[in-house]
Amino acid sequence: MSEHSTYTPGSGIEKWLDERLPIIRFSKEHLMDFPTPKNLNYWWTFGAILVMCLGIQIVTGVILAMHYTPNIGMAFDSVEHIRRDVNGGRMIQSFHAVGASMFFAAVYIHIFRGMYFGSYKAPREILWILGVLIFLLMMATAFMGYVLPWGQMSGWAATVITNIFAAIPIVGTPLLELLRGGFSVGNPTLNRFFSLHYLLPFVIAAVVALHIWALHVPGNNNPIGVDVKDTKRDTLPFHPYYTMKDAFGMVLFLIPFAWFAFFAPDILGHPDNYIQFNSQVTPAHIVPEWYFLPFYAILRAIDFNLLFIDSKLLGVIFFGGSILILFFLPWLDTSKVRSGNFRPMFKWFYWLFVVNFVALTYLGAQPAEGIYVILSKICTAYYFIHFIVILPVLGRIETPRPLPTSISESVLGKAH
Amino acid sequence: MFNTKTILAAVALVASLALPAAAQEGHSTPHIDKQSWSFAGIFGTYDQNQLQRGFQVFREVCSNCHSARLIAFRTLAEEGGPGFSDEQIKALAAEYEIADPTADGGVRKGVAADFWPSPFATEQDARDANGGALPPDFSVLAKARGVTDAFPFWIFNYFTGYSEGGPDYIHALLNGYHEEAPEGFELAEGKYYNDYFPGHAIGMGPPLADGLVSYEVAEGEAEVPLTLQQYSTDVAAFMMWMGEPHLAGRKQTGFVVLLFLVLFAGLMYATKRRIWQGIEH
Repeated sequence: MSEHSTYTPGSGIEKWLDERLPIIRFSKEHLMDFPTPKNLNYWWTFGAILVMCLGIQIVTGVILAMHYTPNIGMAFDSVEHIRRDVNGGRMIQSFHAVGASMFFAAVYIHIFRGMYFGSYKAPREILWILGVLIFLLMMATAFMGYVLPWGQMSGWAATVITNIFAAIPIVGTPLLELLRGGFSVGNPTLNRFFSLHYLLPFVIAAVVALHIWALHVPGNNNPIGVDVKDTKRDTLPFHPYYTMKDAFGMVLFLIPFAWFAFFAPDILGHPDNYIQFNSQVTPAHIVPEWYFLPFYAILRAIDFNLLFIDSKLLGVIFFGGSILILFFLPWLDTSKVRSGNFRPMFKWFYWLFVVNFVALTYLGAQPAEGIYVILSKICTAYYFIHFIVILPVLGRIETPRPLPTSISESVLGKAH
Repeated sequence: MFNTKTILAAVALVASLALPAAAQEGHSTPHIDKQSWSFAGIFGTYDQNQLQRGFQVFREVCSNCHSARLIAFRTLAEEGGPGFSDEQIKALAAEYEIADPTADGGVRKGVAADFWPSPFATEQDARDANGGALPPDFSVLAKARGVTDAFPFWIFNYFTGYSEGGPDYIHALLNGYHEEAPEGFELAEGKYYNDYFPGHAIGMGPPLADGLVSYEVAEGEAEVPLTLQQYSTDVAAFMMWMGEPHLAGRKQTGFVVLLFLVLFAGLMYATKRRIWQGIEH
């Protein structure tokens, strides 16, 4: 990894430091000189945007934790106290809550970008797996964070989601009680969720470091999916080219972010969460935050037994499987060609998968009745068919379009 | 190369993922007319006179049964709110008795830092006095209610920043009472029929009526009609303020922030282009 280094310590102190902890050399190699394909499009700025999102969540979150009280009698009021009486509290809270939605919006774009351009293919399998792991950790963190304001949706989300684990044979009930810290959702639940909600973002940050490490071994994939052949002709140093492009992307991303945070901070949430949690009153519809809806739709779509597996466990298997299957994506996709741009058939199926995913999101928000139940089942089935049938088969029957021999050739070909 | 299509596609993808969240609320509520609120939109601020009128309605009518436990007297003097003076707040607070175990006799006169005293000591007392129904706390009630729009109209809400579903619902509810339930509707003893309340049978009788509260008219100002329509609008606005007291400041800052971000993004783009000049990519 050090072959890109052009660093020569400029002063005596730098030389002294470089022999003991080469942190400046490391930063120069990885944050400045790192050779990056010159053809990356704006979809590639979402990596930097996600780092920014994590930063915003941690900074606002640490401040919120200074004023929040994790006690079922005081949690709801303490969030209101932050909004009303803490200096700048209304905006800090709003950035944190809206930030969760923006974080997921960015991560979905990032994941779907990886899927289209085949960024999970060799030699980037570990990079992809770490990414899925981050996604899982994000889901756990977001879910536990959503419980903290202790509104109706918070408490009922905690009840419904912890209940899922009870379906697991043998360990289910002990696991449920461990998660809740008791037989029902109560003060111990809130306390452990608060503790974990504070811990997990730092675990995410650590896995992000691994993710970037794994990225810096093979280097970036790129829109044509052809490996870098000639560092000089195919790549640019990360700084200033991509630092600038990413910074522009981040500022652009902050515009819708600020729009929601300042003008409609509650529009992405549910009004019921402004009612304090009451375990005796069930809301008319319990719905998760929008970013969980596709998986929630899959969970609910399974309302039938299969052989000796009852519907509850089967739902959990599908629910868990819908995320776990992403870990195997690098081996399910048998095509050698990375970029969807050169795969005429894959392109269609990719967009069909996107439409199907959006449909699942929509269905997750609908009541489980009538036509929605059947549609949920069809969409759930298609979600899995895409991974288990379509991707493996496509790689065998598809004739990809001819690939450019190098990044520089493709770039010049495009030039007018 | 700056690819506008790419950005548009990104926005569309996020939007299509985020939008269905709007459709997640109840689906059988009747249509609710949206009112024109001074605090709507990106330049929205509260109408000080309206908040003062709404406060009067709250104080003379609603607060007899409804608590507002998160509202401190001092908040009423804060910027962007009803705009009472510190003296007015002091005098107002002193009119109330506050339960305080450390005071002589367990009660003392209120001060500006006290929270709005609840009309009932316990939840059970509140239920007993209201035929078993619990009058909900007003502190964030305006944000705990909403309006559902049919597809595709809710999509526009994300672009207009529509956040006034609560006051719209409250306004509709206060105007939605019928003296008699429609034929065939079984109304339980002690319940009232309301068009907009979920299930239609509400425990609260019509709280407001024409002429119930008399507004003072300042010299040189137009008289405000003493009608149910007017009261309900005023009190709904006041309830929105209770739920979101820093709304005006938030939106003002937001406008400056957005303006900055748009200009900054423009400069960033120009810089980016300059740096990438002459590089085929």
